[in-house]
Amino acid sequence: MATTEHTHPNYMAIFWSLAVLTVVEIAVIYLPTGKLTIGVLLCGLALTKAALVAMYFMHLRFETRTLGLIAVTPLAIATLLVFLILPDGFAVAKRTAGVKAEAGAPAKH
Amino acid sequence: MSQAASVHSAVEPAETPLTPESWGKFGMWIFLAGDAVGFGMLLAAYGGMRATSADWPIPFDVLGINLTAVMTFLLICSSVTMVKALEWLGRGDRTKCRLFLLFTALGGAIFVGLQAYEWTHLIGAGLHIDGNPWGAALFGASFFMVTGFHGLHVTGGVIYLLSMLRYVTNRPRPEASYNAVEIAGLYWHFVDLVWIMVFTFMYLL
Repeated sequence: MATTEHTHPNYMAIFWSLAVLTVVEIAVIYLPTGKLTIGVLLCGLALTKAALVAMYFMHLRFETRTLGLIAVTPLAIATLLVFLILPDGFAVAKRTAGVKAEAGAPAKH
Repeated sequence: MSQAASVHSAVEPAETPLTPESWGKFGMWIFLAGDAVGFGMLLAAYGGMRATSADWPIPFDVLGINLTAVMTFLLICSSVTMVKALEWLGRGDRTKCRLFLLFTALGGAIFVGLQAYEWTHLIGAGLHIDGNPWGAALFGASFFMVTGFHGLHVTGGVIYLLSMLRYVTNRPRPEASYNAVEIAGLYWHFVDLVWIMVFTFMYLL
């Protein structure tokens, strides 16, 4: 209702954090380091930004812990799915590479 | 929620322990969690396809990130105008609340416009769902699938926000629409959150 229980967070501070983190993200892709380092940095930055939006703009920080658990579940499911897909995908990639190496041999399905 | 319940939230028959303010808020969180699974599946599938592809193009070379960086900034701004709208409503100022809701909807509309411009440009450059000049055909299919799904969410969000303008106007008192505007805000921030993920995983990575 009109009088909320919690004090409003400093929204402008969150805004500037998000803006700066976006600039950092764009800078990171030009870093002269390995792809893995850049990938890990980008994932970390994206999760930090997402957490800022969820915690402060969506007020998750001021909600019950169980609601937070509900909100985080999809992230766990999606992460799990990546690891479920990858072995299958690599198997297909390996087979395709093998077929290509056989120079025009018919693909087995 | 019935009108009576939205005007006097205290008369709701029972409250959920997770969001004591309203059932509507709980409902929105459950919807968003489901929607997040949808986006999570799309991004996970994208990651799976890309990791196992031999000729996946480098996204930021092909797509260009200048325009999308502006679009990202625009969505972050619209999230701020959304929290401001709710803040003004909490202080009882419906006029300012409506103004900031309008800014938020405008930000979303410009975002969709820029996305249409980007798509047109990329399609012109040869990015199609069944192939592209740079490598794996699935690159185009997944790009249009994910950004399109998100664009539809933004479009839906703009309509949702515009309907809230009317809702805020029609309620008898400012506090009677606080809960509904807060729920609309949850949806809008979620759309922003998803774009943060899409921007990182489909453009920068």
